[in-house]
Amino acid sequence: MGRQIYEAVIDGLLVGAVYGLMAVGLTLIFGVLDIINIAQGILVIVGAYLSYVLSVHLHIDLFLGLFITVPAMFLIGIAIYWAFIRPLRGAERTSMSLLATYAVALIIEGVLYWVFTPGYVQLNAWYVTSSIRLFGFYLSYIYLFAGALAVVLVLALYAVLYRTRFGRSVRATVQDQTAARLVGINVNRVAALTFGIGVAVTAVGGMVYGATSGGFNPNSGYDLISRLLAIVILGGLGSIAGALVASVFMITIESVVDIWSPSWAIVVFYAALVVVLIVRPSGLLGRPVTREQ
Amino acid sequence: MPVRDGGGWASGRRGLRPALAWRGGGILVLLAAAAAFPLVFTNPLVTTIGVDTMIFVGAASAWNIFSGYSGYISLAHAVFFGCGAYTAGIASRDWNLNGNVIFAMLPLAGLVAAGIAVPVGLIALRVRRHTFMVVTIAIFFIFQLMAFNFSFTSGTSGISAPFLVWDPQTFNNPFYYLALAIAVATAALSWLIRRSRFGLQLRAIRDDEGRTTSLGVRTMWVKLSALVISAFVVGMLGALWFYFIAQVLPASGFDPAFDLVIVLMAFLGGLGTVAGPVLGALIIEPAQQYFTQQFPNAYLSQITLGAVFVAVIVLMPRGLVPTVGEKLTSWRAKRASRAAATVQAAGRRKTALAADPGPAVDASAPENLR
Repeated sequence: MGRQIYEAVIDGLLVGAVYGLMAVGLTLIFGVLDIINIAQGILVIVGAYLSYVLSVHLHIDLFLGLFITVPAMFLIGIAIYWAFIRPLRGAERTSMSLLATYAVALIIEGVLYWVFTPGYVQLNAWYVTSSIRLFGFYLSYIYLFAGALAVVLVLALYAVLYRTRFGRSVRATVQDQTAARLVGINVNRVAALTFGIGVAVTAVGGMVYGATSGGFNPNSGYDLISRLLAIVILGGLGSIAGALVASVFMITIESVVDIWSPSWAIVVFYAALVVVLIVRPSGLLGRPVTREQ
Repeated sequence: MPVRDGGGWASGRRGLRPALAWRGGGILVLLAAAAAFPLVFTNPLVTTIGVDTMIFVGAASAWNIFSGYSGYISLAHAVFFGCGAYTAGIASRDWNLNGNVIFAMLPLAGLVAAGIAVPVGLIALRVRRHTFMVVTIAIFFIFQLMAFNFSFTSGTSGISAPFLVWDPQTFNNPFYYLALAIAVATAALSWLIRRSRFGLQLRAIRDDEGRTTSLGVRTMWVKLSALVISAFVVGMLGALWFYFIAQVLPASGFDPAFDLVIVLMAFLGGLGTVAGPVLGALIIEPAQQYFTQQFPNAYLSQITLGAVFVAVIVLMPRGLVPTVGEKLTSWRAKRASRAAATVQAAGRRKTALAADPGPAVDASAPENLR
């Protein structure tokens, strides 16, 4: 029992890092654009299918394939931004964007069903099926690699945000769009690039999800987006650190509860969300509620 | 401005009265057409579309009472719909109900849905407006999961309705008229609420919640009441839908597409108007049903739904009713000002010299009125 729990905690921490990466994409988009990207879930599945096509038809290794899928998802993100988000104007922009991206998710889901059929597929490689013995526990290599990759990418994202000129303009836009515009930041460009980056991370998330979830189909997008939304609200919308903390915390809890009852694990996940919302409506590390202008 | 004292306003007012008469007459004609519909089109395939459409007219109107007026976009109404359906299912399964008595379960289903709306609202309405949408999505998934996992909902196998031994030719009629009655009552309620103090408070919340609170409106109470009213109607419709479809599954009772479709209907027709959601439902639901019957490829209809949704949001975010209403108003104003200009020009011609005709007045008059 104790051993199972340790294993579950380690799995949870590593997978939580990957979820953290996807959630950071979502919360970054919200912070810069005031937009909640409901399509994030299905885009993860698109990333997973891209990896699937590359590995099955072109025999490219999953991790090497990321060099193709990450830029591809970046471009898809920018395309979605230009086609559906940029035209939205006015006070109800946030609500509208949520509905628009929801509709985009429906369209993508329909297309994926059409192209790939509802049958479940899984990503396979040697590191998915074999395990390493660490401190007396068995751990699948994919968890180890994916967790390490996620940590590296989150650190890289932090470096970009806090050490580069672009990152500074992103943070300025998060703080105050009008002021950012006034000091000469091209807010439209920052927004498009941020949306692209926020979507690009789904390529990594999709590859890991496809390899570790035991099979996915276009419908899996709902499962993902509901978790990601719970995570970003729990951490506080717009807070990057909050999203990271919340995802590691939640995925670990889910992974531990999963030992006793797989079907109730996800309910615990949402129950935690409800409790946090009752105690702290703005989330763990979120900005407090302010009057809307 | 001389134009204002002239015939402009008077003719504008005269133009309004026939509009009211037109509106009343239009509503009566629509109601008569709706009542006669199953008598004219007796084909069960067609009346099935009629029942579905009426259910969505009611659901979209009820959704609009809360979300359209308060500005809090709820994506959890499928929860109330599913809870209504499951309440009816569990009640008729455990109490062995059959025949006309099943319709007595509708108010019960509505009450259960309204009861569930209270804690849902108390939790979800604490957060900011866009976070609210996300929280309602999360609540929706919680309920769907519970329907899958609890034993009294029979898990994935769902619940079947009692088998009704009615004439298949007229089987749809009681469902149709009940759905029609609920839809009409909801639209009337929506109209009454919009005109009432309560409706004013709701719309004030939509425009500026902070200021509304500071003016002494108990915003939480107002929002929660609207949500409960809305949930009651949707719960009843869920029960009706369950008896009509004869089965409820976790994925069909708690269907994410249900939320999206009623939101789309309200947006297409016009968010926060009385006629908008009705119009939207009357357009979208028959079209969707027709699509499904014509194209068995379910993915294509899903893609179409998404594409229409995006098009509506990007191209016409305010909806048909406000857009068309504005066009009508500006057209009427133009007509009125043209009439005013002619009257004035005629007046000038009588009093002024022939050397000072009125083309300048004619050109400037529309701007003055606008």
